[in-house]
Amino acid sequence: MNTIQKTGYKPQVEERGKAIEISGSKAVLEALLEEGVDTVFGYPGGAIMPIYDALYDYNSQLKHILVRHEQGAIHAAQGFARSSGKTGVVFATSGPGATNLVTGLADAMIDSNPIVCITGQVFASLLGTDAFQETDVINITTPITKWNYQVTDASEIPEAIARAFHIAATGRPGPVLIDITKNAQLQLFDYMGYKKCSHIRSYRPEPEIRNEYIEKAAELINQAQKPFVLFGQGVILGKAEAEFKAFIEKAGIPSASTLLGLSALPSDHSLYVGMLGMHGNYAPNVMTNECDVLIAVGMRFDDRVTGRLDQYAKQAKIIHLDIDPAEIDKNVKTTVPVWGNCKKTLPLLTELVKSNNHGAWLDQFRELEKEEIKEVIHNELNPSGPVMTMGEVIKALNELTNGDAIITTDVGQHQMVASRYAKFNHSKSSVTSGGLGTMGFGLPAAIGAWYGAPQKTVIAIVGDGGFQMTLQELGTIMQFGAKVKIIILNNEFLGMVRQWQQLFNEKRYSFVDITSPDFVALAKAYHIEGQKVSEREDLKEALKKAIDHDGAYLLEVMVGKENNVFPMVTQGSSVSDIRLK
Amino acid sequence: MEKKEYTITLYTENSIGLIGRISGIFSRRKINIESLNTSPSEAEGIHRFTIVINESEEVVKKLCRQLEKQVDVLKAYYNTDEEIVWQEQALYKVPADVVTEKLYVERLLRQYGASTVVIRQDYIVFETAGHREEIDRLTEELNKYGLIEFVRGARIAIIKNSAGFHEKLMEFDHREPSPNLVENEYLDQRGSVFTM
Ligand SMILES: Cc1ncc(C[n+]2csc(CCOP(=O)(O)OP(=O)(O)O)c2C)c(N)n1
Repeated sequence: MNTIQKTGYKPQVEERGKAIEISGSKAVLEALLEEGVDTVFGYPGGAIMPIYDALYDYNSQLKHILVRHEQGAIHAAQGFARSSGKTGVVFATSGPGATNLVTGLADAMIDSNPIVCITGQVFASLLGTDAFQETDVINITTPITKWNYQVTDASEIPEAIARAFHIAATGRPGPVLIDITKNAQLQLFDYMGYKKCSHIRSYRPEPEIRNEYIEKAAELINQAQKPFVLFGQGVILGKAEAEFKAFIEKAGIPSASTLLGLSALPSDHSLYVGMLGMHGNYAPNVMTNECDVLIAVGMRFDDRVTGRLDQYAKQAKIIHLDIDPAEIDKNVKTTVPVWGNCKKTLPLLTELVKSNNHGAWLDQFRELEKEEIKEVIHNELNPSGPVMTMGEVIKALNELTNGDAIITTDVGQHQMVASRYAKFNHSKSSVTSGGLGTMGFGLPAAIGAWYGAPQKTVIAIVGDGGFQMTLQELGTIMQFGAKVKIIILNNEFLGMVRQWQQLFNEKRYSFVDITSPDFVALAKAYHIEGQKVSEREDLKEALKKAIDHDGAYLLEVMVGKENNVFPMVTQGSSVSDIRLK
Repeated sequence: MEKKEYTITLYTENSIGLIGRISGIFSRRKINIESLNTSPSEAEGIHRFTIVINESEEVVKKLCRQLEKQVDVLKAYYNTDEEIVWQEQALYKVPADVVTEKLYVERLLRQYGASTVVIRQDYIVFETAGHREEIDRLTEELNKYGLIEFVRGARIAIIKNSAGFHEKLMEFDHREPSPNLVENEYLDQRGSVFTM
């Protein structure tokens, strides 16, 4: 089912202007092929049956991955988009199928993932009548889509889909939903061929670049004694990794990543000083309140990054490079806004900045890093007690993957530990749910990430809690053979919530102990190989076995029940008050 | 920062559902819309929203960026009352006997520049347009004489310094004329089209 014949796609209508009569459903699939789509994640149902019927004939060109829940489909599409840099595509039926996409849409919206969802809808004549499986998916998804549109006539399909792909992938990317009524899917119409969309009158994906701001920014950077760069996913989305590297290297500026910016710069780069934010590294958080010029590149000053806003980088002049004008001044007031795609603005800036090497300033980061290593990192990675830590699992994993794997994570302590300690040598290799923090993301995202980069080792690092939110996707792995490695870090708790209860609610552990099934037996039921380790001496070999295995693998690692993730910026604190314990 | 009355002017595509998308941007931030008017603009196929809110400039500025970011929104402006010429329309229904018998009511109406829309034996409907305070003052007066019903329309406003954008808008429309709207042709043919 899942092999694609690489025959090359031949459009149905070769000469424009010569109409052929096709159904709306077929037009949908033609549009996807014209957009270069080869993989769709989805789940059928009554209202999208005509599209599925048409898909039967497109099996050799379009791979369809039947998930076990529509939430799995959209998280897989997100994983696909994040690992491949392409647009993820989802099919779902009306009503319950469409509403099951809501969590993933919200996640994709806040994390700027380019996704096109195609949902079936009841017959247009039944709209607004509470017909069977009718929901007003357009209104439900309006605040969590970049754009959505309901098609009620087949002739609208080519243009609607062309717009959808254009909007999803350009500017600040995001999810788009096209809802197609059943009559429009069945209807025959005169198809004139497909025309990709490259311009919409009322949509300006990129603001105009203003040279005076670039000059002003360069001037500030050239005068700075202690400049500091914060980079986010904008670097990856703008495919500006090389431009970014050239910029920081010429100007010699220490650079820290947001959670979603991870992997934009290799972890071992000499100017990389760690991750920002609530569970980020000590040095970048502290130094935020000491730098004189803060250069934010493709990041959005999320509250998990800034902590208390009234005490955030008050001493610094702020330069903000962003493609989305609405982000400028939204949370942090900027001195110089540099609007535009950083792939274009960074080279202009690099041109004007002087070669520099802020050695003494960088050393300050390294000093604090030593402190963090001594207080936190060393013990986390080389624990003296008998109980395994999450950190040592990631360290062992790094040794095996050399930072070449794609790592998806779920949400919780393991997510923060993995993001803190995993090494990334290649862009687009960290896939996590940042802005929404969606438990249940890790496993389906890994499936999608593998389809987006099947030549890579894809590892899902998940908690015992979050895994149980979407573990039915083991069925998808079983059926379609996605070779993902699942590492469950089992602390027998909803660990992150437990950590907060310990620190802020006097250890009143209210409903955070969670029991788990026999995960290995469960994997076995899905014909997926697996193993559980509880002893340190078995860890490395088990990890090696999981990675070397030709196929999916589930490894459950028992880790300390009450281990905590530090450093931590507690809620309502300033980033420079980050706690080491 | 001090809150104040701001008038937001939006130029948009004339597309279905856009009003929901736009109002969602306000409701999500718990900002109350004082008045909202939407109508075609001078350029064909481009609609104009006039939205009045009470907020600080900081918030209004951010709102406009969020609004302008929406696909289908061409441009968002915000202005203080001093920067615009604005009007609100009002209709008043007053018992006929009061107006005919008591001349001073008629005088009052003249004074406010109101005109008669409907005259019936039992009631008369007057119309006036003006600024909020003028309308409020007349309402207050008429209340004393048995005002039966009163309704005020949403604000409409013209930006004093908008020549630049007007030109752009017309050029826009000339360069990229609006596509024809595809209406949902099935909605009024329920039942006779498809059933399951
Ligand atoms: C869908 C969803 N529900 C609830 C939460 C709140 N939450 C955040 S972390 C967490 C605990 C996660 O526990 P587990 O998956 O076992 O991972 P651990 O923290 O132990 O590594 C919870 C409940 C969430 N982020 N997402």
